[in-house]
Amino acid sequence: MRVAVLKGGRSLERQVSLRSGARVEDALHRLGHEVVPIDVGADLVDRLRAVRPDVAFVALHGRGGEDGTVQELLELVGVPYTASAPGACIRCMDKVVAKHSLRAAGVPTPDFYAFSQAAFEELGAAKALPDIEDRLEFPVVVKPAAQGSALGIRFAQSAADVPGAIVAAFSYDTKVMLERHVAGRDLAVSILDGEPLPVVEAVPRDEDFYDFEARYEIGRTTFECPANIGEAATTRAHELALAAWETLGCEGFARVDLMLDSDSGELSVLEANAIPGLTDTSLLPLAAEAAGISFDALVERIVVTALRRSPPATRGRGTP
Amino acid sequence: MKSSAMRDLMAVTERPDVISLAGGFPDTSTFPAEDLAALMARVAVDSSARALQYGPTEGLEEVKACIAQVMAAEGMQVETEDLLVTTGGQQVIDLVCKTLLDPGDVVVAEGPTYPGAVPVFSSYQADVVQVEMDDDGMRVDLLEATLDRLTVAGRVPKFVYTVPSFHNPAGVTMSLERRHALVRIARDRELLVLEDNPYGLLRYEGAALPTLFSLDRGEYVIYLGTFSKILSPGLRLGWTSAPRPVLEKLNLGKQAADLCSAPFTQHFVSVYFAERDWRAYLGTLVELYRRRRDVMLEALAEHLPPEAHWTHPAGGLFIWARLPDYIDTTDLLARALRERVAFVPGRAAYLDGRGGSEMRLNFSGVSDDDIHEGVRRIGKVVREQVALYGTLTGAEPAGARDRVLPAEAPASGEAEVLPLRRARRR
Repeated sequence: MRVAVLKGGRSLERQVSLRSGARVEDALHRLGHEVVPIDVGADLVDRLRAVRPDVAFVALHGRGGEDGTVQELLELVGVPYTASAPGACIRCMDKVVAKHSLRAAGVPTPDFYAFSQAAFEELGAAKALPDIEDRLEFPVVVKPAAQGSALGIRFAQSAADVPGAIVAAFSYDTKVMLERHVAGRDLAVSILDGEPLPVVEAVPRDEDFYDFEARYEIGRTTFECPANIGEAATTRAHELALAAWETLGCEGFARVDLMLDSDSGELSVLEANAIPGLTDTSLLPLAAEAAGISFDALVERIVVTALRRSPPATRGRGTP
Repeated sequence: MKSSAMRDLMAVTERPDVISLAGGFPDTSTFPAEDLAALMARVAVDSSARALQYGPTEGLEEVKACIAQVMAAEGMQVETEDLLVTTGGQQVIDLVCKTLLDPGDVVVAEGPTYPGAVPVFSSYQADVVQVEMDDDGMRVDLLEATLDRLTVAGRVPKFVYTVPSFHNPAGVTMSLERRHALVRIARDRELLVLEDNPYGLLRYEGAALPTLFSLDRGEYVIYLGTFSKILSPGLRLGWTSAPRPVLEKLNLGKQAADLCSAPFTQHFVSVYFAERDWRAYLGTLVELYRRRRDVMLEALAEHLPPEAHWTHPAGGLFIWARLPDYIDTTDLLARALRERVAFVPGRAAYLDGRGGSEMRLNFSGVSDDDIHEGVRRIGKVVREQVALYGTLTGAEPAGARDRVLPAEAPASGEAEVLPLRRARRR
């Protein structure tokens, strides 16, 4: 089978994507497929038309690759592709949209308020900050709405930290979110074709925050899989992750990040990643391994799932 | 290695559609291609077999003679036997660390320090203590205080690392008085100093200052020079001159690292010095970079808000800018990349997390138009963040504050700060 591996691109997560892509390519080679690596750029549509792959493995993270843009193009060109369709990608990439969807569907997610830059510049949203902070209580987590990794995420310990944190978050997006901080354990449930994999707990070693650095570097974070959180919490984490997967309309594979509140023992969903990392320090491959699925088997299953899905052109868009 | 976030951000700065003020590049397009062709032909005719062969670890004798000329241009007398030719100046930093450091050893450096030295110090697990600078370079009084404090703690630094002239990234130059003081401190305390001097000959104004090496006569100063900024970094040729026992160890270290620096490019240098006027080429570079520096200084004055400050380098390749402390330049880089412009965030020049609101700007490797446009774009995103912060806190931008002085304003600016409530304990 001819598999195009889409990687790189222009997002801030380009380097991570190149690592994910390279690892996928190696697996596809071992599986006996013909691999065409494509560093995604302005010539993507031409390349796809020239290469005519049987399937595209989307190993892109962040803007462009994970937000539905590339998926839309793949639909247009009529190439089957891995993971979620544009709608789910858009819902996952925008944390605010995702959290509104989750809340509407009754999936617990930490309280939050989100604002566009225009809200501050034109509607005087700054006046509302004290009320928001009062409701969320410190520390407050300030995040850009659309950034796949932890770039631009800040903890505001007090009111004095909030403006700087908001300015930093606006460096990454035109919409930011203030979210209630849940003190507790950082969990991730990867889902493969509708089946939840063992829960991973990320235990940062020396940082007080599981940050961008720690996320991708060996030795900075300890991962426990399956997470030692007991049967009830594991079952609940799986339920919530699946509920998030369904609510957001994910397909193929995805990763849902959750927090286990250390006071209440309650679980809540932070966000879902439509294209989680596939590097050798990433959580999804780790969870798959814990479930007895090797990386090669994981890649094969993702590809087979993509092909099983009805071809893009027949999914309610008419023929191109 | 630290800072993958920054590395990933920096990877994006290499996109061709981005105006990058993040590089540290000389403008190699100024070197005539026909000269390169003619000189390489000369190498082929005269020394083909030698150029293609291994060479001595310490470097070719004829290149060492060229180095002596370059050092003489900065007032240094050196015997060729006291020189070690290296693979770029960078290798000197690596070899000095390799030779002198055990994990946990203290190195004293300037704050900010050369970003390229940071991964070297980290990889040898040095404990780097950074001493503040002002417009006259490293604060030698703070250096002494630091050394005293270390002594009390029972720690002796292995060496002091400094870029005294046209500092990378700070753009400042150590005053003559401080140079004398630093050399005296080194002697009094029997402390080695690594003098990194890639830019000394790229002076755009003012009188030349003696190097630490010439003041010290090579007793405690390890000198680092390079052809990268006066000729070409693609040659990968630098050098060191060091006290004899140190030089011997560096030589052993270099044997282990790469046997010798490329004879191929060493032959090019020796032919170049024989057949061309290296000072004339240096002169054209100085003219070019001086103009670009002036273009950048003008652009900064035009486009950056009054809250920003920057250095006025008398030479070298870099300007160091400081923004209000609520702006994080690592985050700002992400915003700037959307405007297709890049710089080096200040944290890259510190090992202790400082520098969060600072940035390094390069003017040597960028055209006048790109400097102007790049600075305009940076100014746009900085002003945007200053305005946003003002909206969030009710603080007026500095310019407006300077012009408008409301008579009934509260004496303390604190009252104007957003009245956010304190955290309640849960």
